[in-house]
Amino acid sequence: MSVDAQTVRRIAHLARIAVSEADVAPLQGELNAILAFVEQLGTVDVADVEPMTSVTPMAMKKRHDVVTDGGRAEEVVANAPETEDHFFLVPKVVE
Amino acid sequence: MTELNELTLAEARDGLKAKTFSARELTQAHITAVEKARALNAYLLETPERALAMAEVSDAKIARGEGRPLEGLPLGIKDLFCTHGVVTTAGSKILEGFEPHYESAVTHNLWRDGAVMLGKLNLDEFAMGSSNETSAYGNVISPWRRRENGALSETPIVPGGSSGGSAAAVAARLCLGATATDTGGSIRQPAAFTGTVGIKPTYGRCSRWGTVAFASSLDQAGPIARTVRDCAILLGSMAGPDARDTTCADLPVPDFEAAVSRGVKGLTIGIPKEYRVEGMPAEIQKLWDEGARWLEAAGARIVEISLPHTRYALPAYYIVAPAEASSNLARYDGVRYGLRVPGKDIAGMYENTRAAGFGREVKRRIMIGTYVLSAGYYDAYYVRAQKIRTLIKRDFEQAYAAGVDAILTPATPSSAFGIGEKASADPVEMYLNDVFTVTVNMAGLPGIAVPAGLDAQGLPLGLQLIGRPFDEETLFATAQVIEEAAGRTKLPGAWWA
Repeated sequence: MSVDAQTVRRIAHLARIAVSEADVAPLQGELNAILAFVEQLGTVDVADVEPMTSVTPMAMKKRHDVVTDGGRAEEVVANAPETEDHFFLVPKVVE
Repeated sequence: MTELNELTLAEARDGLKAKTFSARELTQAHITAVEKARALNAYLLETPERALAMAEVSDAKIARGEGRPLEGLPLGIKDLFCTHGVVTTAGSKILEGFEPHYESAVTHNLWRDGAVMLGKLNLDEFAMGSSNETSAYGNVISPWRRRENGALSETPIVPGGSSGGSAAAVAARLCLGATATDTGGSIRQPAAFTGTVGIKPTYGRCSRWGTVAFASSLDQAGPIARTVRDCAILLGSMAGPDARDTTCADLPVPDFEAAVSRGVKGLTIGIPKEYRVEGMPAEIQKLWDEGARWLEAAGARIVEISLPHTRYALPAYYIVAPAEASSNLARYDGVRYGLRVPGKDIAGMYENTRAAGFGREVKRRIMIGTYVLSAGYYDAYYVRAQKIRTLIKRDFEQAYAAGVDAILTPATPSSAFGIGEKASADPVEMYLNDVFTVTVNMAGLPGIAVPAGLDAQGLPLGLQLIGRPFDEETLFATAQVIEEAAGRTKLPGAWWA
């Protein structure tokens, strides 16, 4: 499988990465080189093979559903580009 | 007297214990070496004041006879580990100036045991690369140089990646050891390129909590150091259970250092025939054969084995790793931390922020990951790759069930290359560096790279040992035999100072 220019623009939008028109063609070439490389996986017989979900045989750790941490609003927002009263500020989403 | 930064970590530890020198003197020797080595660009951030303050505490502890396992030993930290109050960038513009309010589990364990932090080490952006050329903060220059016509060439050589700063700093004696991480070979390949030792432990041996995520089912932290013993000492502190990482194993940490001198008598070492890849330089094949002979001479039994799905590991990795990366890196959206670039609306802000903040390789991998997870392609790519992962793991399980204790392979398909020499339009050319290491991540196994010799250009070559799950001890024992047989690599003189 390979991607066309329109697909490159669609993937970039899904990935929320702005791509200039000048970048579409080189990206298309690079993505197609990677897709051509992974194409060989199509030749492997995977009938009756379970997809891997955990690389080591271990049961997922569980804990009680209780508060273990908190009261750190100042620290949580400390690295945010824009904040007000311990809220993250974003451009207006709802008119 | 030897400069203090030339000591191995074990020698420095013993010298501190015997009060031959102080932690302050040892730390100062490293700070001076680091300042003189800025041309290598191994450190993104130097923290000399913090280092000296930590050394003072260590000297006081040693004086009271309360020295901890890593008391007063100066280390470098890959800038992928979050460090409390110390800027952590992951080598990316998108995290420029990010100051964590917490400490990663691995670095916390090191400071708990008395280690001293010298600073943060350069890396490929978000650990995505095999040459340290994708860092947003410039290339790392390897301390190694090629020998051409009997003289050292000026051509700058890559230290490998993604833990290029870690490997270069260890090889240049800018720290006694360094933390690193390995998703497809990022500890073992730079270790092999710089004549140092690096171990990627079993998935789950070290907590991933507080380490910037790349591909969560593959990422593992581990040390790079100048000897097998030093790696064993460091891993003993870095590893251990952590309730905050649900995939971190609840297993006690063995005495790795005790395993170093165990020897290989009675062990069965597998040589996988599928690793004899086309185009592999003859000197690597020769070194591999020699490694097998060294182990045999030390009492191991050498058997040929088959890992038939080896060739599919790298392509499957380039589906699984980008898929997980596209999900993990969705968090960099200009809202909670890092860079923000305004846009016409919120989606525009996300898109502009990520376009400006991520470098080319990271964008490429996020886009591949987005594509293979998108509607209509998920089964054909992602599910198929995860099935192939099951087959790769099964290959190893069958070898171990047949009595193999560890597997010997080359660490890389070539020695280090020059900066810019693999900058072609085809990203796959760079990916092929990880052809021998990536299988280990796909199967969650431990793997160690140990220096075994130099090539015709005078650059180091490494061998890799792959172990059973949670049996790093056998890897340390076996790697030690190779280190002794090959002789410790003579590291390059400080031409940069």
